[in-house]
Amino acid sequence: MAKLKKLEDYRDEIERCVKCGACRAHCPAFDAERREGRVARGKIALANSILEGEVGLEPKVLEDLSQCLLCGSCCAGCPNKVHTEDIVAAARRQIAEERGLTTFGKGVATVLGRPKLMNLLAKSGGSLSSMLFKKLPKNSGLRLRFPAPYLEKERTLPPITAKPFRERVPEILPGDSQQPTVLFFTGCGINYMYPAVGEAFLKALKFLGVTVIVPKDQACCGLPAVSAGATKTIESLADQNLAAINRHNFDYIVTACASCNSGLGSIYAELGDDFEEMSAKVMDIFVFLDRHGLPEKLEALPKAEQRIKVTYHDPCHLRNQGITREPRRILKALPQVEYVEMPDAGTCCGLGGTYSVYHYEHTKRIAARKAGNVESSGAELVATDCPGCIMQLQDGINHAKGNQRALHILELLGEALPEGV
Amino acid sequence: MLSEQSIKELQKILGKDNVLTSKAERICYSYDATQQSFLPEVVLQPGSTEEVALVMKLANRERIPVFPRGAGSGFTGGSLPTKGGIVLCTERMNQILEIDEENLVATVEPGVVTERFQKTVEKVGLFYPPDPASLKFSTLGGNVAECAGGPRCVKYGVTKDFIIGLEVVTPTGDIITTGGPTMKGVVGYDLTKLLCGSEGTLGIITRIVIKLLPLPEAKKTMLVLFDSIDGAAQAVSAITRNKIIPTTLEFMDGRTIECVRQATDLDLPETAQAVLIIEVDGDREFLDKQANRIAEIIKPLGVVETRIATTPEESEALWQIRRSVSASLRKVNPDKFNEDICVPRSKVPEMIRKVDAIADKYQIPIVNFGHAGDGNIHVNIMVNKKVSGDIMKAEGAIKDVFKAALELGGTMSGEHGVGIAKAPYIPLEITPVAAEYMKAIKRSLDPNNILNPGKIFLDDENTAAYGE
Repeated sequence: MAKLKKLEDYRDEIERCVKCGACRAHCPAFDAERREGRVARGKIALANSILEGEVGLEPKVLEDLSQCLLCGSCCAGCPNKVHTEDIVAAARRQIAEERGLTTFGKGVATVLGRPKLMNLLAKSGGSLSSMLFKKLPKNSGLRLRFPAPYLEKERTLPPITAKPFRERVPEILPGDSQQPTVLFFTGCGINYMYPAVGEAFLKALKFLGVTVIVPKDQACCGLPAVSAGATKTIESLADQNLAAINRHNFDYIVTACASCNSGLGSIYAELGDDFEEMSAKVMDIFVFLDRHGLPEKLEALPKAEQRIKVTYHDPCHLRNQGITREPRRILKALPQVEYVEMPDAGTCCGLGGTYSVYHYEHTKRIAARKAGNVESSGAELVATDCPGCIMQLQDGINHAKGNQRALHILELLGEALPEGV
Repeated sequence: MLSEQSIKELQKILGKDNVLTSKAERICYSYDATQQSFLPEVVLQPGSTEEVALVMKLANRERIPVFPRGAGSGFTGGSLPTKGGIVLCTERMNQILEIDEENLVATVEPGVVTERFQKTVEKVGLFYPPDPASLKFSTLGGNVAECAGGPRCVKYGVTKDFIIGLEVVTPTGDIITTGGPTMKGVVGYDLTKLLCGSEGTLGIITRIVIKLLPLPEAKKTMLVLFDSIDGAAQAVSAITRNKIIPTTLEFMDGRTIECVRQATDLDLPETAQAVLIIEVDGDREFLDKQANRIAEIIKPLGVVETRIATTPEESEALWQIRRSVSASLRKVNPDKFNEDICVPRSKVPEMIRKVDAIADKYQIPIVNFGHAGDGNIHVNIMVNKKVSGDIMKAEGAIKDVFKAALELGGTMSGEHGVGIAKAPYIPLEITPVAAEYMKAIKRSLDPNNILNPGKIFLDDENTAAYGE
């Protein structure tokens, strides 16, 4: 059975923070509002105060702990490599356990002083929410990411597809027996919002002759639940996925969503012995394609006469694992693409699990900066490797009145590969 | 205790949002990089000089101590609210007010982060050299108050060498300006220099006038590995003796190299017992010549290997070795006392030998690295606070290190300041008469001793302590 660590288990991690302040240079949430409680050092001080009983779970504490994207930028810039994102996630789980999950949500909303807005949205936005969400299973992380009453009207979201990706494809797509077998963990984003990305995934692996298994009974990875602090949800989703995955024989579990990759590869790895073996097999699609010779094969294709300028956004959950070169290598090798690098490609898009729901104003500030960077690169398309980022990047660009489109690298790859291979 | 009436008055001056009173908020302003913490009664975030002045007037009337704070990244506790009271955080005052390209002068508010300022002036071909390790997050106000240094100070000088004017709120709540945008000025006492490095005890800096330089065209980085620390130390003196002042001259001793080797996969051969990272800047054509000249001078001093970067990426790779030091040290012991003594450049070899002897005496690991070019050595005494006796050993070692530095004509602190961390050791360096001279200034400017009290100098018995 899956078992998550408690805040108490992070005492050593908390002590390793020497309060030097380096995180102040790296935190997108702090950059949006420069108050010490917003930055990793402050959150660690608060987590410690909760453990020591110096503060209760009062509104200000909840507000600061909710102001974290769990993006890990602080850890990347920390001289002691303190994992604040894990500490904050554990603190949120404790809050949810003591106060109930909805209390956390409500608490956050209350401290933001928006009860009026909440009610308004609950009434007028009701139709919107039911339209959007009736197609989603109850335990999908998308429900946590966008709980209907909190959704801002001005937010632009992709539509939920009429027929989810996993219902469109057979469970097993056999390939060349010389090639490895891949289990495709689709995640909710691809399954419910971006089925075309899933199709492109299959096309790319077919091109390489790889056998693909798409387990019908896989569930949400649980990462948005990590962000919300929903311990039981994470644990039960993990158990469900482990069972679904263990039914098959395969060489790799491949993801095309940075969040799922981190959920299965990092969060699950901490859940107990049963999960370790599974987590070790998790691989990002572009790492897989890169290792299996796709860039060379792409280079061999004739270059398009008119190429389109594309830039890349690093999803936090890949950047933190050091996966930055592989997606770029694939992009650069695409025949129809002229690659341009944008400034600060590695900074968070601002989605941050449930962050953007409760702190949409801050999210917009972070997203506006990102949209400006896309604009300054001169790219027409911003490609990435995470449905969450795509959604957020597009929303930011729309608000900035930009005309660029955010999309998955796989969509470009699908276009480039010959038909019927 | 702060009365409810005072809080209300502060809210009126600053607006409710800028008066932080909840415990959670106060906890977040209770610490700095010294790893000590003191809970303030209230945290204020003023937005203008006038607001700061009104706060100081109120604080004087009510006798509430005020502790100015920038980013809270100091190493000696300069911003710690040791007596509760008010933390006055200048972060909201964060505008770059003017960059005067005709006069090479800039005017900024104190809350501007140093790196942001540097990048902004570099865009127009100008240069602000001081580069403390915290430059990505520390503020210019804090840099001025502590007179921050950094690797580039070897050639260019420290923060105070670039500050030509200030606007300051006095401890009693008046607003004064010192110096100004001219390159020269000798009317009256040089209060600008007095306030630089005064650690927030004589006034709150609300505006800074900064002298800029033209941005050097290029720089060249070289990394030299030596077979002994003595060779490296002699190399520092030899370079200076030959009338060359590099931009930076950083060194790492054998123990530091060992730490980095263990913690990273950076390429550092076992034979290397000391490292110098040397950087020169200026016109492109002049750099190769100077780098070669340096290589020639240090060649006979036990050089194991010289690496010269030819691209910015290669330069970055060389600096990576220096940057990985801090985190690597934790391999030795979890906690450290980071001292920053400074000795005359020629005494660096002797100082290192003395530190090694102190490490032996107390049986405690001491790791040395830092800015050898100006004799500023970071002496890191590595301990485990959970092991009983380790802290006592460290305290003994610190005192011996300070004494050794002073014997060589040096100082206890090159850049971190005194704060509360070094205050007990002040009598080692400053004579009673000189100390009294300084305290007389403080007393006359801050008669109620409310601005950052207890910093630099420990409280006198006759100074009425707040809350007693």
